[in-house]
Amino acid sequence: MLGHVIERVAQALLVMLVMSMLVFTGVYAIGNPIDVLIGPDVSQQMRLDTIRAYGLDRPLWEQYVTFLTRILQGDFGRSFVFGLPVLDLILSRLPATLELTLMAVCGAALIGVPAGIYAGYRPDGVLAKVIMAVSILGFSVPTFWIGLVLIMTFAVELQWLPAGGRGETATLLGVQWSFLTANGLSHLLLPALNLAFFKLALLTRLARAGTREVMLTDTVKFARAAGLSEWTVLRRHVLRLIAIPIVTVFGLEFASTLAFAVVTETIFSWPGIGKLIIDSIQSLDRPVMVAYLMLVAFVFITINFLVDLTYLALDPRLRKARA
Amino acid sequence: MTAPLLEVTDLATHFHTRAGVVKAVDGVSFSLRKGEVMGLVGESGSGKSVTGFSLLGLIDPPGRIASGSVRLGGQELVGMPGAHLRKLRGKRMAMVFQDPATTLNPVIAIGAQMRMALEAHGVTGTEQTRERSVQVLTRVGIPDAARRLEAYPHEFSGGMRQRVAIAIALLHNPELLIADEPTTALDVSIQAQILAEMKSLVAELGMALIWISHDLATVSSLADRIAVMYAGRIVEAGPTAAVLRNPRHHYTQGLLDSLPARAEPGHDLVQIPGTTPSLLSLPPGCAFAPRCPRADAACGVMPELLTEGARQHRCWHPLGLEVAA
Ligand SMILES: Nc1ncnc2c1ncn2[C@@H]1O[C@H](COP(=O)(O)OP(=O)(O)OP(=O)(O)O)[C@@H](O)[C@H]1O
Ligand code: SF4
Ligand SMILES: [Mg+2]
Repeated sequence: MLGHVIERVAQALLVMLVMSMLVFTGVYAIGNPIDVLIGPDVSQQMRLDTIRAYGLDRPLWEQYVTFLTRILQGDFGRSFVFGLPVLDLILSRLPATLELTLMAVCGAALIGVPAGIYAGYRPDGVLAKVIMAVSILGFSVPTFWIGLVLIMTFAVELQWLPAGGRGETATLLGVQWSFLTANGLSHLLLPALNLAFFKLALLTRLARAGTREVMLTDTVKFARAAGLSEWTVLRRHVLRLIAIPIVTVFGLEFASTLAFAVVTETIFSWPGIGKLIIDSIQSLDRPVMVAYLMLVAFVFITINFLVDLTYLALDPRLRKARA
Repeated sequence: MTAPLLEVTDLATHFHTRAGVVKAVDGVSFSLRKGEVMGLVGESGSGKSVTGFSLLGLIDPPGRIASGSVRLGGQELVGMPGAHLRKLRGKRMAMVFQDPATTLNPVIAIGAQMRMALEAHGVTGTEQTRERSVQVLTRVGIPDAARRLEAYPHEFSGGMRQRVAIAIALLHNPELLIADEPTTALDVSIQAQILAEMKSLVAELGMALIWISHDLATVSSLADRIAVMYAGRIVEAGPTAAVLRNPRHHYTQGLLDSLPARAEPGHDLVQIPGTTPSLLSLPPGCAFAPRCPRADAACGVMPELLTEGARQHRCWHPLGLEVAA
């Protein structure tokens, strides 16, 4: 087990290293940040000085080594645009996206998995058909459109919920969170719903497919033959047997939403990292882009690792294979 | 003469499929006394498993019990509300299946699975469930049972897994156990062991047993009585020795002829010609007619189930009874 963890950590470090190279050269290729740093009307001398000051005149590999050395010391540089350390900038935006993502993904799981299990358990029922119809909608309608409909309905027409922004926040562990205040929560609701829609559909269908399959197995028949109630069969047997694909998708959706919630954040003017990265791409704010992409890689690796650990907890056969 | 423990009368279980109505069980009747062992024999698809599931009320849509009666200790089970039926399942009647690799939940420790089965009938508490589980596991021949409670199904061999499944079925000392080919998936030597253990368990617990098998030989060593099924109907039933020695139905004769032990030295095994008929398009009369060497015009009409003493058969021209014409 420990050997497995060490192996995974080594793998993760290697992937991060490769990512850092790709990201660095990729971002290097997309444009010269010098025009962002200084106005067009400065003297040529000043221009050269600035280039030298940022090390932009050095060969690519040398810039990369400098960059890597700094990262290893926890220094991602300063944003060209905001003049702030990049790490601080990202960390100040991350909580907003994190709470939005958590609310969307957890909400989707808490509603979608039971709904899917029900639809798989009673596939011919009216409610099951309704659930499946809604899930098809969740798949086929684009996120931005649902976002606009939500705003039109709940913010503009009904005026029940605010259309954008984070609302009031409260401090926990030195970070500002919206979900801690009633007002913040009301701001969180619509964007979270918007983000959750697709995931809800996905998890519902996954849970339904798994349940339909598992319900036909001898395991379920044998449990029933032993006199277990339907509720116990679903909760103790079926849920365990369908858990692995659900955990996998849950992890992937969590990571990709954290990284790419940009559409929803834009529609609802949610000040998360999605908006930050779009702004930084527009202004060629290279340090922010690089740090952001590294963060995304880190998030994916970490979540994959956690999902993997969950597999081991869920399936004893894997534990044995990895022992 | 004591009242029978189980009385099945004219049981019919049909599956409403797209292709039509599959009459998997069609007019099955038999009864079973306390402690009696009945072998239910027939080819694949003859309706043995569906009969077993019908008794427990475990027929899922598109199937349903179309008619008939199942009485356990005088209590009618057909049409009983699901919640009542559930309380009998696992408690008064239990079932084990063919493949132990698929019946146990692979991701739950066997101790926890046994505990669920105990809690389903009101036995709760860590100590109590543990004690009972260890007791039954030991009884079915799992060595070092107390330590094995934490183990998962994949950590047992096939034979041991089937023993665990049998232990789960026996947790509440049921009056009736339905064993649906529980040794078919196992090695021959393990089969013999489990068969011997089942014999002693039945004797010790006074439990009635329905042993389902497609193999007459296995059944004959265990059963007091044999019922032979063909295409959803019982075509012959009676005391084991009588059925084996003087079969009445031509299908039973065919099954006997195909037993390896019966083959004449130097001769090939005799297989019954033809294949099992489709349940969707059964001939109007005796379903065995297309494969029967004795079939004639009379067989185009369904023969009644006739009783002669302790035996029953469903044939116009029963073997050993026909007056030479
Ligand atoms: N869910 C179902 N839907 C449609 N038909 C079914 C269903 N379950 C069983 N049947 C039909 O019922 C018939 C009897 O099946 P059953 O499983 O009882 O046979 P069996 O005698 O136990 O055979 P085997 O020796 O292969 O276990 C089969 O022809 C099968 O096609
Ligand atoms: S009824 Fe006719 S066809 Fe059927 S087994 Fe008897 S002789 Fe054969
Ligand atoms: Mg069967």
